Amino acid sequence: CFLFHRGEGFNGLFLLAVASITLNFVKEAEIKRINKELANIRSKFKGDKALDGYSKKKYVCKLLFIFLLGHDIDFGHMEAVNLLSSNRYTEKQIGYLFISVLVNSNSELIRLINNAIKNDLASRNPTFMGLALHCIASVGSREMAEAFAGEIPKVLVAGDTMDSVKQSAALCLLRLYRTSPDLVPMGDWTSRVVHLLNDQHLGVVTAATSLITTLAQKNPEEFKTSVSLAVSRLSRIVTSASTDLQDYTYYFVPAPWLSVKLLRLLQCYPPPEDPAVRGRLTECLETILNKAQEPPKSKKVQHSNAKNAVLFEAISLIIHHDSEPNLLVRACNQLGQFLQHRETNLRYLALESMCTLASSEFSHEAVKTHIETVINALKTERDVSVRQRAVDLLYAMCDRSNAPQIVAEMLSYLETADYSIREEIVLKVAILAEKYAVDYTWYVDTILNLIRIAGDYVSEEVWYRVIQIVINRDDVQGYAAKTVFEALQAPACHENLVKVGGYILGEFGNLIAGDPRSSPLIQFNLLHSKFHLCSVPTRALLLSTYIKFVNLFPEVKPTIQDVLRSDSQLRNADVELQQRAVEYLRLSTVASTDILATVLEEMPPFPERESSILAKLKKKKGPSTVTDLEDTKRERSVDVNGGPEPAPASTSAMSTPSPSADLLGLGAAPPAPAGPPPSSSGGGGLLVDVFSDSASVVAPLAPGSEDNFARFVCKNNGVLFENQLLQIGLKSEFRQNLGRMFIFYGNKTSTQFLNFTPTLICSDELQPNILGFITKPVDPTVEGGAQVQQVVNIECVSDFTEAPVLNIQFRYGGTFQNVSVQLPITLNKFFQPTEMASQDFFQRWKQLSNPQQEVQNIFKAKHPMDTEVTKAKIIGFGSALLEEVDPNPANFVGAGIIHTKTTQIGCLLRLEPNLQAQMYRLTLRTSKEAVSQRLCELLSAQF
Amino acid sequence: MLEESREELMRFMLLFSRQGKLRLQKWYLATSDKERKKMVRELMQVVLARKPKMCSFLEWRDLKVVYKRYASLYFCCAIEGQDNELITLELIHRYVELLDKYFGSVCELDIIFNFEKAYFILDEFLMGGDVQDTSKKSVLKAIEQADLLQEEDESPRSVLEEMGLA
Repeated sequence: CFLFHRGEGFNGLFLLAVASITLNFVKEAEIKRINKELANIRSKFKGDKALDGYSKKKYVCKLLFIFLLGHDIDFGHMEAVNLLSSNRYTEKQIGYLFISVLVNSNSELIRLINNAIKNDLASRNPTFMGLALHCIASVGSREMAEAFAGEIPKVLVAGDTMDSVKQSAALCLLRLYRTSPDLVPMGDWTSRVVHLLNDQHLGVVTAATSLITTLAQKNPEEFKTSVSLAVSRLSRIVTSASTDLQDYTYYFVPAPWLSVKLLRLLQCYPPPEDPAVRGRLTECLETILNKAQEPPKSKKVQHSNAKNAVLFEAISLIIHHDSEPNLLVRACNQLGQFLQHRETNLRYLALESMCTLASSEFSHEAVKTHIETVINALKTERDVSVRQRAVDLLYAMCDRSNAPQIVAEMLSYLETADYSIREEIVLKVAILAEKYAVDYTWYVDTILNLIRIAGDYVSEEVWYRVIQIVINRDDVQGYAAKTVFEALQAPACHENLVKVGGYILGEFGNLIAGDPRSSPLIQFNLLHSKFHLCSVPTRALLLSTYIKFVNLFPEVKPTIQDVLRSDSQLRNADVELQQRAVEYLRLSTVASTDILATVLEEMPPFPERESSILAKLKKKKGPSTVTDLEDTKRERSVDVNGGPEPAPASTSAMSTPSPSADLLGLGAAPPAPAGPPPSSSGGGGLLVDVFSDSASVVAPLAPGSEDNFARFVCKNNGVLFENQLLQIGLKSEFRQNLGRMFIFYGNKTSTQFLNFTPTLICSDELQPNILGFITKPVDPTVEGGAQVQQVVNIECVSDFTEAPVLNIQFRYGGTFQNVSVQLPITLNKFFQPTEMASQDFFQRWKQLSNPQQEVQNIFKAKHPMDTEVTKAKIIGFGSALLEEVDPNPANFVGAGIIHTKTTQIGCLLRLEPNLQAQMYRLTLRTSKEAVSQRLCELLSAQF
Repeated sequence: MLEESREELMRFMLLFSRQGKLRLQKWYLATSDKERKKMVRELMQVVLARKPKMCSFLEWRDLKVVYKRYASLYFCCAIEGQDNELITLELIHRYVELLDKYFGSVCELDIIFNFEKAYFILDEFLMGGDVQDTSKKSVLKAIEQADLLQEEDESPRSVLEEMGLA
């Protein structure tokens, strides 16, 4: 591994690469050298002399190298594309490599690349076909899917396709299916693909299994036959001797990759119904479990890793089926052994896998028997990722029987836990304490302990929640007041404790005021002694506590009025504090006792809701991991809020105060000393209503929506919007003044979208001119990974400028999502092309010579000025492209009629490119000024 | 792209040195340049900070990272949470074996100076983030065939030597 003699003959660029690994060469020198090299390559590409393929390859390869050194490359794409059509293998290969490394899916070069790929796919040369398939799989854009999704299945199942090409075709198709499932047509080929599971070539089976697994998730019915084939293939593998499979045996383990994939395919389905198949599968799983107990055939870690990879996947399948108690318990015992294995990796995986096992009713108890080992792992593991798994497992195995022990262990671990996982542990403890609380005094103690141990990591959700629960349960209110009062005695207590203490004493301080040790004045002095150390939001909260005290304890009113009246309050530099002081002072002076009592009444109970802490944990961990546990444990969970029935929705909207924002419930009270509107800067987080659902407000247009919109002016299908959660695809067709748009909403996550509501919004200005109807609402629940479709019918009544907006609102893992995009319904969609001869064109052109009828725009080219592309865009725009009409063959002219319900408008257009200046001049002439104007705007943005 | 709960999909593979120099990157899901750079920087920091003997898996963002160090190089794969970590670890090992077989006792410099070969071998082995063929023989045969084609094309100089002499 020390082959330094290779350095002969390198030029400076490569010496630099060496230098950077050996000497930490000065960065500036490297950059200077690189820039010189880039300038050189640029001049070669721009030079008058056409480069031969060899030089082109050389420079493209250099660019790649520079890119890999970590520098930006913004040219050379065209040259790389040129290399694709070379007949020399190495040139083609470098071209494809450059594209797969450097070209993003939205490149404008895709069309050219697609052409080259098309040729290579048709070449019947397996090496060229392989390169082309690789390129499609690497870029994998929608445009590529549009071009090749129909072709590749044919390559895959053709009888004369070579095995290596079949493998590439299978994985290539898989990639396209992941990108654009709607573009991959199902058909006869699917049944032939399933039979590839029987193929003699294990490489083909491996690739095909991946493809089938993904397809089967979406089309389980269509691929049902794969189950029995997969079981028999798996059975042949696990029973084979370690040498039977030759090169597919990996360190004495027969075909581990294929085994894992087959086991994964089987996880798309319930246990097989056919008893014979089911029996055979059970045998396979037992064999795999048995093998784990056999002595290893090799001491190499690769052997045990491969063997255990199959074992863990088998256990996943057993858990997925969740139907064979015997297998589940065996799996649990096996994992139990791994919990104490000397390999860290195995301990990690055993903890992880046991988490899912804990949620099965058959194995929950078996998992619980390992509690001491897991607690020990929490205390002794040296790797934080492993400790993290232990925390997860304790959380998963927790039920009412062991909650006090687990919560206590987590709390004690929290004292020394890594900062990176503290917040999560806090959330978990808070959830468990609430869920399994039999005795709410235990719950209150636990949360106060959390604040004491890890106050900085106790998020708002946690301390809001304890307040909610105390308010909703009158049996714990006195205890809570006493406990916070005692906790506040500590000389240094966390600000979160001051918040909780302030809030609870403000509500229930009267319950302990009878004890002379916690008389009203003592309570007030205790709180006020913390006041000056606290942040503005906490001080604001304390001021509200003080005014509540005025109501609860008339005897301290003068003291509190004095405090409010002091300069540090009334003239506080902070607007929020000043306002509260002024208003509360005024309120305490002018309001009668009755009014005070009404305004400052005890908080009404909070309506029952999903714990916002749970929502927060879901958000933190990704929803799927948490929901699973929650679903299975639901029956075991306790009614956290106890007594009060959920308030009806209508009243809750009126009277649900968040404990932070509207502490006094003043919102609806007569002499409302309204605070400033909630803002994150003014009152800090305190004024943000964390519990309320977001109101039905239409979100502003999603970023990037303008660009996407422009891309649809000349085409009708594609992806309109995509973020991490949601993908919106469109297919539309237009005829005369009517149109129909198919909208596809894809849930990219594995979690449901709830209350999924798309709305079509036409502004008042747009309304009379364009009519859009959603034919049918979509189901408000969109399953994880699902795609739903909606149809919009469109009618163009008269010419228009704006576009309708599609607003989508839904809930995802406890968070409200709101997305708005412009629907690409543009005036040019209602074009009908008109062919005409040169003289007709110019005659009409002259007829439309009124200055209002013509609109012209001169603009710089934003994209390469390619004749073919331009033609395609004009046709895509909807007008006819008239050849041999303009005397200058470089110009483009088009003609068409815009159809609206009320009228038809003839349109002529002329586009004059100027290559030297990289400019265009676009002229539109129509009988209506607004139409000329709009069409000119739309088309100008395309070049 | 629609994500599946039980889909085996590698998001990317990175090779970087102990000094934090990226040597090879392969992305299997469209990611912007900016995002790529950010992810690479962040992940290198996390992995380089880990001690030997620590577990080879870690949760990072919404992904699971599987890594292993060979001499001065870290091989690092990002997979989805549901994927099989151990098989991914062996996938890394198989790739290292392939490189080793092809270069004959591979070292970091081989990968620097023959990066295109390192890519070609990876592409023969993995496609779109999935295993294409796990047989060492099949993969190396494909690469040898390609090398033969190259020799037919031109005198047998490595691309980088040509570049070096240019």
